[in-house]
Amino acid sequence: MKAPLSWILDHVDVPEGTTTDDITDRLTLTGLKLEAVESPGRDITGPLVVGRVLTMEPEPQKNGKTINWCTVDVGDANGTGQPQGIVCGAHNFAPGDLVVTVLPGGVLPGGFEISARKTYGHVSAGMICSAAELGLGEDHDGIIVLPADAGTPGEDVRPLLGLDEETIEFEINPDRAYALSIRGIAREVLVSVECASGFRDPALRDTPAANAEGHPVVVEDAEGCPVFVARTVTGFDPAAPTPDFMVRRITAAGMRPISLAVDVTNYVMLETGRPIHGYDADKVQGALVVRRARDGERLTTLDGTDRTLDPGDLVVTDDSGIIGLGGVMGGETTEISGTTTSILVEAAHWDAVSMFRTGRRHKITSEAGKRNERGVDPTICEAAADRVVELLVEHGGAQAHPGVTVVGSAPAIAPVEVPGDLAARVSGMDITEQRSVECLRAIGCDVTGSGTLSVTPPPWRPDLTDAQDFSEEVIRLVGYDLVPSVLPTPPSGRGLTRSQQLRRRVGRTLAGEGFVEVVTFPFIGTEDLDALGLAADDPRRDLLRLSNPLSAEAGYMTTTLLPGVLRAAGKNVGHGNTDLAIFETGTVTLPRHAGPAAILPVDRRPSEEEFAALDAALPAQPLHLAVVAAGDAVAGGWWGEARPVAWSDAVDAVRSVADALGLEVTASAVELAPWHPGRCAELSVDGEVVGHAGEVHPKVCDTFGLPRRTVAAEIDLDLLIARAVHLRQAPTFSSYPVAKEDVALVVDASVPAADVESALREGAGELLESIRLFDVYTGEQVGEGKKSLAFALRFRAPDRTLKEGESAAARDAAMALAAERTGAVQRA
Amino acid sequence: MSGPNTDYDPVEVTPLKSEEVEAMREAALAAVAAAADLDALKQVRLDHAGDRSPLALANREIGALPPQARKEAGQRVGQARGAINQAIAARQVVLEAEHEERMLADETVDVSLPTTRRRRGGRHPLTLQSELIADLFVAMGYEVAEGPVVEAEWLNFDALNLGPDHPARTMQDTFWTEPADHHVVLRTQTSPVQARTMLTRKPPIYVVCPGRVFRTDEYDATHSPMFHQVEGLVVDEGITMAHLKGTLDHFASQLFGDGITTRFRPSYFPFTEPSAEVDVKCFVCRGTGVDAGGSDACRTCRGEGWIEWGGCGVVNPRVLVACGVDPEVYSGFAFGMGIDRSFMFRHNLEDLRPLFEGDVRFSSAFGTEI
Repeated sequence: MKAPLSWILDHVDVPEGTTTDDITDRLTLTGLKLEAVESPGRDITGPLVVGRVLTMEPEPQKNGKTINWCTVDVGDANGTGQPQGIVCGAHNFAPGDLVVTVLPGGVLPGGFEISARKTYGHVSAGMICSAAELGLGEDHDGIIVLPADAGTPGEDVRPLLGLDEETIEFEINPDRAYALSIRGIAREVLVSVECASGFRDPALRDTPAANAEGHPVVVEDAEGCPVFVARTVTGFDPAAPTPDFMVRRITAAGMRPISLAVDVTNYVMLETGRPIHGYDADKVQGALVVRRARDGERLTTLDGTDRTLDPGDLVVTDDSGIIGLGGVMGGETTEISGTTTSILVEAAHWDAVSMFRTGRRHKITSEAGKRNERGVDPTICEAAADRVVELLVEHGGAQAHPGVTVVGSAPAIAPVEVPGDLAARVSGMDITEQRSVECLRAIGCDVTGSGTLSVTPPPWRPDLTDAQDFSEEVIRLVGYDLVPSVLPTPPSGRGLTRSQQLRRRVGRTLAGEGFVEVVTFPFIGTEDLDALGLAADDPRRDLLRLSNPLSAEAGYMTTTLLPGVLRAAGKNVGHGNTDLAIFETGTVTLPRHAGPAAILPVDRRPSEEEFAALDAALPAQPLHLAVVAAGDAVAGGWWGEARPVAWSDAVDAVRSVADALGLEVTASAVELAPWHPGRCAELSVDGEVVGHAGEVHPKVCDTFGLPRRTVAAEIDLDLLIARAVHLRQAPTFSSYPVAKEDVALVVDASVPAADVESALREGAGELLESIRLFDVYTGEQVGEGKKSLAFALRFRAPDRTLKEGESAAARDAAMALAAERTGAVQRA
Repeated sequence: MSGPNTDYDPVEVTPLKSEEVEAMREAALAAVAAAADLDALKQVRLDHAGDRSPLALANREIGALPPQARKEAGQRVGQARGAINQAIAARQVVLEAEHEERMLADETVDVSLPTTRRRRGGRHPLTLQSELIADLFVAMGYEVAEGPVVEAEWLNFDALNLGPDHPARTMQDTFWTEPADHHVVLRTQTSPVQARTMLTRKPPIYVVCPGRVFRTDEYDATHSPMFHQVEGLVVDEGITMAHLKGTLDHFASQLFGDGITTRFRPSYFPFTEPSAEVDVKCFVCRGTGVDAGGSDACRTCRGEGWIEWGGCGVVNPRVLVACGVDPEVYSGFAFGMGIDRSFMFRHNLEDLRPLFEGDVRFSSAFGTEI
């Protein structure tokens, strides 16, 4: 809400010497936050005065233009009292006119410095100003000509043009709808600013009593429209201009002046907070009827939009049909135009919820709707309508029709029981009941009783419904800045949960392994999954769709972190960071296609079943981990050659994470997009698949702008963390000597090394301490389709030195089992 | 091999004469002293202390002497050989030391060479900031609560006193999911975790919840459809606004430095009553609004002396009721701060987009701790 300060101070007095800052500081502390203070003349300095044009000589120029060589009486403002010679290019004035003159030394908006300068053969000592030059909007017809009685030459022109007017912009919270008006803000000044007084309520006025002569109105839905006031003026001059003060104030408040009739309704809305609608009375046919719309009814609103109405919409009709969306926007057929001479003024109170729904349904945001849906004082309809009539009569030459229609009355407000010590209990401050009562009365409440107070809020505060609401009012007036600072004493906490600790451990482990964490948005489109090369029936294509995504290409919640990390990796490569390793942890969204999440009551706790059903209705959201590495894993340098990343780096990244959790990962070959069909490992822990790792398919690399041989992994971290070893057992070591045996076995190239290793391990028996694959060989020596695997085996007994031949026997047993299981033969 | 001098010939035993032995000893010692390296010393050992050395040969002649002369000659030769062996051993030690010294000197490297073969990893600064904040509260005895980001509408709104027709619903531009009648949203705030916490724990409750939230804001320098908040919730007997103020003052001083306090301004949130906006004293100008030079407005707080930090308030009794907490017995406070926003002004970041672009240069700059 933008409020001109002068308008506020028309309705409340502040002590002499109170500055704008004093006012805005106090209002900010009591709940109306200052956004900005604007002043149209803020960027104008130096002499800007009223001038009277004495002479004016038109001088045609060679360039075809005609300039006027003028002498202007600027009083004593130029220090000499002599007329000032000024060249002016405009022609919309005549000798004797009062104009706005800026003298040398003045600065206009944009840092435009004025000095005496030679031009068109004259020394022009100043400038006659247009509205645009003063930052007052667009020029229509040249320079500003002031009214003949505007002032005397030499007088400062700023006050005359409102250039010194300050407009305060406040941020208004939804519970302070009353402050969407000068009335409400002035009242806040009264209660907030020290020694403010003399509140003059713009909605407090004597209004004529209702009578039978008014325009007939029938309200069929009194719940939707509890009060409807109608007044009429006739003989209105549609050409009458809007007075300057009104234009300035409406403009300063952020609205556009349109015509006197419309401007007056807006002016009164800004002043009182009560939205007003004006109809061209000659176009209204018969009685106004307020009712809910019927299915399929339509209306073309003032903005030219043809709308299909909803049975929840409140409408105003006449004999011709629907003529307006009540409280939200009028219709085209009865719109006030440039020929309107009779105006039917509507000031009605509308049900706020209905206003909110209609506004949302039809996507209409208007100044009227904003106020109606937040709640307006229902008791001021007559006053507001009367104020409109007054202004139309005063400035538009209209006559007030004697008829006054008032249908309905403001709903009664029930008192609320408020414990007298509630503000003290809530705030932790020493606030007496007496103080609370004073504060509540200051904001307009009616308070009776003691101990438990019976508090009736004022009609402009529909937000005050609960006892605790009143405590906020008391505490903000006592002062939020006075709330003491006291630390509570929580019971002993249990620290981070194990899962929380392990997630941190995963992040640290990967960072230690050289991976850099990234955060990406979880939105994707089906194109992203196509880019991964996912099969049509891939379960990752089962997506949760957003109803209102920011873009169609990102219309879903992702089921995999890979598109995000691959895109991030591609961007890095694009930036020239060609050797990189990144990771991301984040939840993915896996739809469960369960039923709706119920909207439960709020006046009680949901049952365990209801709460469980809410969770069951949500998609599964497991925490995933994804890694991508590209380029060199180990840089080349004076120490030797670089080592490019390989599929195994992706597997090892997962293994390092598993290791940190005390888990062992087994890998087996699988074909899955977006990985290389021959270089993808399915990773399992205790027989359960936890994710995949390997080399990214070359086509996918190309699509994401990544070098070929880029590697990636994605795992379900929740599965891993759930299995993490909790209490690791202390190991025991044998101090007896180790016996080493190396074996080289030839198997078919298709036999997984892991199978050979596990056969060896099992066959070697319990003397085996460790086994390590140290070489893989393929080539002529072992023959086509074969490979040689070389393992180092270490044997040791816990309680003795191994006897001669014992380790060799164990080795032979290992090889025998490997031969049986995998067809391995000892390499010749 | 020495053996008895069977072919005794007195003329042949001149080597055993004292001056001869002395000369051999002198020659040997001179050779030892002259040995420049271990190889030379090895040759000296062969020449002067080996089986074919003059003294070894002389020793063989001892048997040829008359018995009364043998003892004297034996002593003489033995002493000479002993002295030579000693000298060799001593020289050996010296030469070995010299050798080692030379060898180490030869192995000198340029220690200024670059050493980084593997990239350094790093964690995302928002993760680090979230953990830092969680740790501050865990140190006070709080626990860290969690909830899903795809959330039930009821938990994100209704349970928090944001009914279906509450104007404040439009303050938070919500991502809705299909089908619309399933009432599932992307949480617009971490506050549904408040509700979840109260529904699953009994008071006293002291929790914080850092997490991701979503709003339909177009992505620009100061808005992002995804950002991070930290929610705090306390429900206990006798909790007041003063406890809220104390907690946030402590939080502010821990995060931004000693002496950095907070300021409350009245505000509105449906789930708290009374509600307040929290400003934190600018930790750069320390509330003066003036920069270090003393003339210009502080850039961090734009001359205000305070920075908008978040929202807070006393938990609305309606929320307690919907979550099964008896408002007659318990009261509570809640607060919510932007983690991204806190990070931005703590670390002087003016455009938030680098947080979500995945550029490794950004995360790497923060390493593994902030």
